[in-house]
Amino acid sequence: MTDVAIRATGLRRSFKDKEVLKGVDFQVRSGQIFALLGSNGAGKTTTVNILSTLLKADGGSASVCGLDTQEQAERVREKISLTGQFAAVDDILTGRENLVLVAKLRAVPDHRRVADRLLHQFGLRDAADRRVATYSGGMARRLDIAMSLVGRPAVVFLDEPTTGLDPEGRHEVWRAIKELAADGTTILLTTQYLDEAEQLADRIAILHQGVIIADGTLGDLKELLPPAKVEYIEKQPTLEEIFLAVVGKKGEETHR
Amino acid sequence: MMMKAIRDTVTLFGRSMRHIQRSPDTIITVAIMPIALLLLFVYVFGGAIDVGTGSYVDYLLPGILLIAIASGISYTAVRIFADAQKGIIVRLHSMPVSRASVLWAHVLTSLVSNAISLVIIVVVALLVGFRSSAGVLGWLAVIGILALFTLALTWLAVIPGLTATTIDGASAFAYPLILLPFVSSAFVPTGSMPTPVRVFAENQPVTAIVEALRSLLGSRPVGTDVWTALAWCAGLAITAYVVAMRAYNRAP
Ligand SMILES: Nc1ncnc2c1ncn2[C@@H]1O[C@H](COP(=O)(O)OP(=O)(O)O)[C@@H](O)[C@H]1O
Ligand SMILES: [Mg+2]
Repeated sequence: MTDVAIRATGLRRSFKDKEVLKGVDFQVRSGQIFALLGSNGAGKTTTVNILSTLLKADGGSASVCGLDTQEQAERVREKISLTGQFAAVDDILTGRENLVLVAKLRAVPDHRRVADRLLHQFGLRDAADRRVATYSGGMARRLDIAMSLVGRPAVVFLDEPTTGLDPEGRHEVWRAIKELAADGTTILLTTQYLDEAEQLADRIAILHQGVIIADGTLGDLKELLPPAKVEYIEKQPTLEEIFLAVVGKKGEETHR
Repeated sequence: MMMKAIRDTVTLFGRSMRHIQRSPDTIITVAIMPIALLLLFVYVFGGAIDVGTGSYVDYLLPGILLIAIASGISYTAVRIFADAQKGIIVRLHSMPVSRASVLWAHVLTSLVSNAISLVIIVVVALLVGFRSSAGVLGWLAVIGILALFTLALTWLAVIPGLTATTIDGASAFAYPLILLPFVSSAFVPTGSMPTPVRVFAENQPVTAIVEALRSLLGSRPVGTDVWTALAWCAGLAITAYVVAMRAYNRAP
């Protein structure tokens, strides 16, 4: 087996005549946190949906743990879990009931213990038997992520895990993601926030106008900055500047 | 494969029955309006309506039960809509869960919760004088027709549940269904209606179903009504199922 957990090769996808993905290529190594960075409407959710078997690509191929997401969708679903852009929790049930539900559906033995462990890990023990409707946004999102970990999937997709959260909720979720990665789970997260990618990811890819325009570690991406500029800046360049520099360059190319 | 689908359906059915348990108003509300209509017609209007031999409550009950089902299934649309909106359906689809189970769990929930509402209504009807001479077979046939009618309308309710853009849109489709029994032989015999209304009333499904139920409950020969009733229910169930599955397979 290779240690490539996720592989996207030339993914293309259009909605009607709108071409959203125009050939997206990237690989995520096993155990990595990979951030797919892009502005609103860049196609992050579309990419994640293809990788998690929810959507068919028009062209190209994708695999997770060596399994093709279209040909072997059933088996891919056993390896992955998806935390969508909006917390998909049942707010009429309690936090514990949500976890037990997922454990039953994933046929995980000993649901009770699995639920207890995750409630503890995500700091939800005190709220475990309250209805999720009473949770704060950050708590609901943590439960959402906890539900994705039932049955220890090898690959976890987190689509904009902190969008819509207040700064406190955001830090709670960051902490949860870091713990998750420490367990050796491969994580692909999407984000519009440059500092989020900078905080969490081992590797960052920037999705812009349907293609990956930059892909590498934070260090690699920093090298993409024109060196002349570095001399005039006293603080470390932020991802935002890198992003603007890279996007700016591409923008010029396409305008010519 | 099949076993897993059945297990998933049961698990998800348990979940939505728990929803109902936590907001029993979904069953009470469904039962209250038909009960109010039942009392209103039996005690207020009934005296003025001539249905020939037999008591008016016996005449009325089948139509009341259909009204209860027509309003009950709108909760199915609302529950499916909520699951779609909250992303719960997408989450389930990204899991090793049988796709069909996600919808069948809701359909099963609809059958069970409507059955509970109907039992409540029948008990009230018995209290105000409803009597049936039907034997076990007759009652089984009644239950079968009501279940098939519920199944048909439930699959119809799945469509707005999956495709509506607002919660009101998801439940609004039920209103015409609730009104349909009023333009049938459910409350008054069609003979007194003006011709165009009568033609509609006599050829729409509710009249055939109501007549079949009435004959079964009164131990009278059902004639061809029962076949017309079954054909309507089966036709609607199959058509609604096909359209609902198309909508379902379009969404991620
Ligand atoms: N089901 C769909 N039908 C039509 N257009 C869609 C659909 N899903 C996404 N799009 C369009 O594709 C583009 C990318 O969407 P998305 O992948 O959700 O972006 P992101 O998640 O990066 O914000 C957007 O312009 C969006 O309007
Ligand atoms: Mg998105």
